Amino acid sequence: MSSGEKKEYWRWKESCWVDETKDWRAAKIITAGIDVGSVSSQAVVCVDGELYGFNSMRTGNNSPDSATNALAGVLEVSGMKLEDITYVIGTGYGRVNVPFAHKAITEIACHARGANYMGGNTVRTILDMGGQDCKAIHCDEKGKVTNFLMNDKCAAGTGRGMEVIADLMQIPIAELGPRSFDVDEEPEAVSSTCVVFAKSEALGLLKSGYSKNKVIAAYCQAMAERVVSLIERIGVENDFFITGGIAKNVGVVKRIEKLLGTKAVDTKLDSQIAGALGAALFGHTLMLKQGASATKAA
Amino acid sequence: MIANYGYKDGSGEFYISIDTDKCTSCPVEHACLTGCPKGMFEMITDDYDDEVIAVKQAFRRSLAFDCSDCKPAGGYTSLPCTTACTPGAIKHSW
Repeated sequence: MSSGEKKEYWRWKESCWVDETKDWRAAKIITAGIDVGSVSSQAVVCVDGELYGFNSMRTGNNSPDSATNALAGVLEVSGMKLEDITYVIGTGYGRVNVPFAHKAITEIACHARGANYMGGNTVRTILDMGGQDCKAIHCDEKGKVTNFLMNDKCAAGTGRGMEVIADLMQIPIAELGPRSFDVDEEPEAVSSTCVVFAKSEALGLLKSGYSKNKVIAAYCQAMAERVVSLIERIGVENDFFITGGIAKNVGVVKRIEKLLGTKAVDTKLDSQIAGALGAALFGHTLMLKQGASATKAA
Repeated sequence: MIANYGYKDGSGEFYISIDTDKCTSCPVEHACLTGCPKGMFEMITDDYDDEVIAVKQAFRRSLAFDCSDCKPAGGYTSLPCTTACTPGAIKHSW
């Protein structure tokens, strides 16, 4: 048996950030959003309705622990305690398993709200490419959902599918996007019906002489075609915004933009935090409604 | 809000779309709940605290089969759910 450690090509970079220019101790309302997804978990802390910090990490095999660990990252860096947070909202696949959440809201509403903050109030169409499902969402100028469609039938067209391909190709997942453009000509897409079929087809292509880059390009194209067929059902209205981990894969994003004939709004923020950010913003709005600013303990 | 419940697969697109804005002021007291012979609809409180109709989770991945009895081949000339919903909030894609 090999004693060498198996390299995890699918493992994406976890991140933790706080805005050191803001003083959370001076804030009237501190809210947190916890997005426990099937693949990743995020915690976002907002102070007075503005993004203060976030932590994005891989979801473990236990949703309550994942939620706790995600928030602990921000608390540790900022010096904040859980008791300092006025209101916590859970969202995502494991939203009902966030032990310290006051309320759970679906990720559909939270992603729309988060995209509205990240991309501006001109965002009308959101494509959330998550770890295990993909959602097409329309929203109004306030980030309220007006129409949504969800693909929860399989992993094709999702982040987990991309992780499978990264492992198969033995290429770090962050390199897949750029490498998909390093081909002489754009190949035909592989099967987009099922990630298991796509994996088998990718193996066949490698054996038939395709380069790794060409196979990656074929998979990125398949993923783009898959989600475009989903989003076309509700239509694309500009501005268009992509959330979720796949938004970081330039190979998929550029192909989606080409198929839809529109460019996605750029953001400096991490696209993976949109759901948790939306949840934290929902919390802020709820606290304003309840008059929390006047009653917060001194 | 238009909520689309269902899926697309190799045999077609199978979505039930519900205009939840029409549910919040339903003049027929959510007749769809009893109108569907299989009881596929339920009342939920959505993310904006409105009470609206939704397709039950258990039916969302099998609409093509579950709704087949109410289609013309099953002897119906119109769908019981859309007939019961006089505000026209419910639509089938197939």
